[in-house]
Amino acid sequence: MKVLSLNFLTCAVKTCKTQSTSYPLHPKDAELVQDDIELNQDFLINLLPRIDWTALSTTATELGFPALPPTPPTSEELRADAKTLRDLHSLLLETQMVEGKLVCASCGHEYAVREGIANFLLPSHLV
Amino acid sequence: MLPTPDTSHVAYERVYEPAEDSFLFLDTLSSPSETSFLQARFHVSPSTHTAPPEPLVVEIGPGSGVVIAFVTAHASTLFGTRNVITGAVDMNAHACAATAETVRRAVSSNPATASTAFLGAVQGDLGAPLRDRSVDVLVFNPPYVPTPELPSREERQDGERNDTRESFEEDSYLLALSYAGGRDGMETTDRLLDSLPHVLSDRGCAYVLLCAQNKPDQVKERVRRLGGGEWKVDTVGSSGKQAGWEKLQIIRIWRDI
Repeated sequence: MKVLSLNFLTCAVKTCKTQSTSYPLHPKDAELVQDDIELNQDFLINLLPRIDWTALSTTATELGFPALPPTPPTSEELRADAKTLRDLHSLLLETQMVEGKLVCASCGHEYAVREGIANFLLPSHLV
Repeated sequence: MLPTPDTSHVAYERVYEPAEDSFLFLDTLSSPSETSFLQARFHVSPSTHTAPPEPLVVEIGPGSGVVIAFVTAHASTLFGTRNVITGAVDMNAHACAATAETVRRAVSSNPATASTAFLGAVQGDLGAPLRDRSVDVLVFNPPYVPTPELPSREERQDGERNDTRESFEEDSYLLALSYAGGRDGMETTDRLLDSLPHVLSDRGCAYVLLCAQNKPDQVKERVRRLGGGEWKVDTVGSSGKQAGWEKLQIIRIWRDI
């Protein structure tokens, strides 16, 4: 699963949906692999408006990537900044989490990730 | 006619094999009416000539992955741009793995038109793992066959589901999940429809397959009453006409933006 997916995933427990601490999920014992994908500048620039930057910054730091700037770059800034483009591309599109857990800070539930597939099915007492 | 993704690697004893319903999705999503709908909504804004943020397309219950692989591999043909994010949620871990491989093959066979942003497939129940109001295009080929009840299985004593077990019983359960729809074949589809106002973004739309036994006219009426009654619904694809009845149809659900 690409790191970008963590920006769209949240705890599957219904009562956590309204808790701000349930997002983003926190990677734990994460094993990462790196794909080689051609950089697409327009994709990244168009992605910015729909990314939750604060959540992404948390994810990047927790996965051991360099800290992102505190505020998202504007599209003009990003277009002119080859290094940030490269870093975002590498983090969001080339990095896959293949093993580990995703932890909800609200309820503490740990979602296992095995062979790149996160399991969000809940045991019956949490449904 | 766009090439159909290769699913020859998929183990059909535990993952739904592409069938007439799957192929109806490929035909419908690549039809002139739907590509123009999708492009007007998600490509270049006619008023400003600027590109809106790329859409997130999520298939619920992809099975073999043939539909989401088709969307990912032919992104620029369908959306007018390769800049599309795709992903999938399935209850069956084997289906998640099959989907990832089907997408990988389809993308490498269609490098000129494919999106490079397939997020992955996660195991889950409908849209439960997704952040509210994040999906722009939802695709759902549901378990639509009327059955006396929905499939279920025993949980282990420790509360963990025994989903690594590979047995005939387990395979039967996984296949039943892919087709058994309970009452009117609508028990799972009803839950999905109810969740749409939470799952879809402001510009979000959904493509859902119905069969004649699902009582499509009643379903469409129900969709129009969802939330504040702002939802629209149209039949945008159908197959298997028999004596004036469509055997299968795909409805598109959307709001004006």
